Amino acid sequence: MSTLLSNNREDASQGGWQHRLHIDAPLLLALLGVSVLGLIILYSAGGEDVALVERQMLRLALAFATMIAVAQIPPALLLRFTPWVFAAGILLLLAVLVGGEASGGARRWLDLYIVRFQPSEMMKLAVPMMVAWYLADVRLPPNRFQLITGGVLIAVPMLMIAKQPDLGTALLIASAGFFVLFLAGLQWRLLIFLTGLATATAPLLWHFMHEYQRQRVITFLNPENDPLGAGYHIIQSKIAIGSGGLYGKGWLNGTQSQLDFLPERSTDFIFAVLGEEFGFIGILGLFAFYVFIVVRGILIAIQAQDTYTRLLAGSLAMTFFVYIIVNTGMVTGLLPVVGLPLPMISYGGTSIVTLMASFGILMSIHTHRKLLPA
Amino acid sequence: MLRQLTLKDHLFEYHLFSNRAIILLVLCGVLSLVLFARLFFLQVVAHDHFTTLSDDNRVKLQAIAPNRGLIYDRNGILLADNLPSYRLEITAEQVDDMPSTLTALEEIIEIGEADRSRFEKLLGRKPRFEAVPLRFHLSDEEVARFSVNRHRFPGVDIKAGLARHYPLGSLAVHALGYVGRIDEQALKNLDSSNYNGTSYIGKTGVEKTYEALLHGTVGVQQVETTAQGRVLRVLDRKPPVPGENLYLTLDSRLQAVAEQALADYSGSAIALDPKSGDVLALVSQPTYDPNPFVNGIDYADYKALRDNEKQPLFNRALRGQYPPGSTVKPFIGLAGLEEGITSSHSSTYCPGFYTLPGSSRKYRDWKRGGHGTVDLNKAITQSCDVYFYDLALSLGIDRMHDYLQHFGFGSRTGIDIVGELPGLLPSPAWKRQRRGEPWFPGETIITGIGQGFFLVTPLQLATATATLANHGRRMRPSIIHATQDPGSDALQPHRPETIESVSIHHPENWDIVIQSMIDVVHSARGTARKIGIGSPYRIAGKTGTAQVFGLKEEEKYDAEAIAEKLRDHALFIAFAPVDDPQIVVAVIVENGGGGSSTAAPIASKILDGYLLDKPL
Repeated sequence: MSTLLSNNREDASQGGWQHRLHIDAPLLLALLGVSVLGLIILYSAGGEDVALVERQMLRLALAFATMIAVAQIPPALLLRFTPWVFAAGILLLLAVLVGGEASGGARRWLDLYIVRFQPSEMMKLAVPMMVAWYLADVRLPPNRFQLITGGVLIAVPMLMIAKQPDLGTALLIASAGFFVLFLAGLQWRLLIFLTGLATATAPLLWHFMHEYQRQRVITFLNPENDPLGAGYHIIQSKIAIGSGGLYGKGWLNGTQSQLDFLPERSTDFIFAVLGEEFGFIGILGLFAFYVFIVVRGILIAIQAQDTYTRLLAGSLAMTFFVYIIVNTGMVTGLLPVVGLPLPMISYGGTSIVTLMASFGILMSIHTHRKLLPA
Repeated sequence: MLRQLTLKDHLFEYHLFSNRAIILLVLCGVLSLVLFARLFFLQVVAHDHFTTLSDDNRVKLQAIAPNRGLIYDRNGILLADNLPSYRLEITAEQVDDMPSTLTALEEIIEIGEADRSRFEKLLGRKPRFEAVPLRFHLSDEEVARFSVNRHRFPGVDIKAGLARHYPLGSLAVHALGYVGRIDEQALKNLDSSNYNGTSYIGKTGVEKTYEALLHGTVGVQQVETTAQGRVLRVLDRKPPVPGENLYLTLDSRLQAVAEQALADYSGSAIALDPKSGDVLALVSQPTYDPNPFVNGIDYADYKALRDNEKQPLFNRALRGQYPPGSTVKPFIGLAGLEEGITSSHSSTYCPGFYTLPGSSRKYRDWKRGGHGTVDLNKAITQSCDVYFYDLALSLGIDRMHDYLQHFGFGSRTGIDIVGELPGLLPSPAWKRQRRGEPWFPGETIITGIGQGFFLVTPLQLATATATLANHGRRMRPSIIHATQDPGSDALQPHRPETIESVSIHHPENWDIVIQSMIDVVHSARGTARKIGIGSPYRIAGKTGTAQVFGLKEEEKYDAEAIAEKLRDHALFIAFAPVDDPQIVVAVIVENGGGGSSTAAPIASKILDGYLLDKPL
């Protein structure tokens, strides 16, 4: 563990191959570990459907390839292209709002004839990159004007995505941007003021929410209100997790998941399958990997050599944690139902590729440092 | 402020960033701890609670219907059994195109409009993976035809089940009754948990009366199901307890004889064993076949039965209420003897009519010229009305009511078949209460010959006659001979039940009345002398003719001139052999004309059938 976590100059010189290939071995191993665990759970959650697992493996392979490819891009290049990527993302979001493909009541997709493309995915990376770019050369902590500018850079894409509507992604983008500002030294007084403002405007937010989003909040506050309708998901996932107990019912033996009582069990609610079949111990096991990845990401950020890479790396690592905590909080009934997958475990989604690209950026940041000779 | 002029303090920024990063790590730790606390609560603290909820989710209880008890007659002849019955079922989720499947099915199996609409109604209610019945009671031919074509119909299947069947058809239907499909109304009055899974319930007759015994106790199996309710496996099973078999007191051979003896007449015949109260035969004509009722009779067929002028669905034996006519005379005679109003020696002159003192209204005797001087024996043997007009007046309605009540007239016999009616034994109190009118002496007089308000059921008449044959000992009529637990095969005999006896002060009066009834059959002038001729055993009997509509004072009854519907009812009561009565018979033939000409020969055939084992 200590050798995995510590990465001083001697390590870097010893692990020269990591530098050359621009790969961070500890991160890669942890990600592979989570992926394998995810496939095992998915096999059970998907009703022992081998084809389903194969499709997920293919997706993971693509994601890992993307990660390695992104890791080869030097951060300097990334910095240079940041404004262009951001601008392109905004234009694409506009295109989605005007002529996007509707699916399930929401416009999120852009049909590029060859592939269906979700610009909001791109913005998960582009927004923290843009805010970090903006703050790269300023004297930290940022002054009020710079904070407002940063806030606008976050708010514009966020509102565009919330309008699609895609509350989960909007939330992720907002938090990614926020973490950049926070890491840059956002003043505590301002933070408290903003928190107060957010609380005060919550009823206003309610006014702008879609009916199904309001329903989710109501359901979160009182799931037993509608046990066969909106509350069904939460009640069944709590039963699954609770009945799993300390050690779980065993792989493939979860009655809640195997007998269809648990909805969305291979996608958003797959965490409940883990809780039912592997119990509290199994969840601790998964979290060991997750915590390792987050801590590794933060360490990479601390070791980064300039403001841009530092802020970006910290934000990306924290975004990964937000994914985890929002999904598990939802499945355990701590948070309202927000459609975010459990990273690396849930079936499907282009989000896995985006996620791995963000780890590629982390690896790039870590392996493109200028190393001083010993 | 221009960027180029900004001086960056790298060490300061590094510390600022590191600080903030560590704060975020602490935040991650805190949030993770909150999550673990939540998981600990769900998975450790409340684990048992959620385990229960999880089991409630997956484990469902399924009822297994018990097999219905069989019904036999007293000699072990099967009256009601359970036959395999084939029904056609369709599982919607396995059918691609329901309309075309149904159309194709119609070519090989008859599907009625009613079948189709019931099927469509059920289809909407049941989950798609559950089989829904389309047709019940497929014929062997239809089963064979479908089997050959089965490959053409995925999702369509034939299921075997047990359905009630009455092998002897209409025989004794009014005693046996029938089962039918349970409707919602019936379920309300039941222990519905015991009827989970049962599709039939007794609707009338013994099937209804002994429903609790015949049905048995439902079995339960615990099954694991999916969220949609599809059964995956059986976890635990408690088998059902089959219903008890019933042995009825009926003698199906005698029942057949009695039904054939009544032939095309509408009416009723009851045969009892006077010693036990066993019902040997219970006939209500016409009859009907109960088998179509089991799975729901066609509306057209039901309508035909319901609207049939002869009312085959009407249970005359238990619910038909008729004036007893002259069959009541032995009972009135006994009252007269007991009260000392008459004796075997005293006599009355019969001029062919009777008038109340101080009135000119004439009450006619059936014999226009009168019977001359009559004593009790002659009055019963020749059925003299005037003698009984006089006796009734002397007894008075209250004493007459008392005596007749002891024989069970006016109240239900308590037979173990549902739906019995009590008849009507009139009294001044009854008339005041029900009609708000005073009692007139003329009504006393006609009560003495079993007319007026007086109504009896055939079963009442038979049980009263049995009491007479028993010299006052009364047995409750019963249809159950024995019950049998299908597991042990041991018969549990039914105990005959005595009810309050008719006790009289001078037991020799029984013999006087019975002797006169013997003379009805075996004396030269007896009204039923024809059946006595050549009879190898001695019969005690009494004829009766009940007016359906009143004749005016001077009118003469002319059977030919009046419509059959208005003709008199013919009655006959009898028991035999007189020294050791084995069988009591009561016969009522609607619009049959005279008791001696129509009813007595029918009763004679029943007596022969039982005592001589003579087939008809």
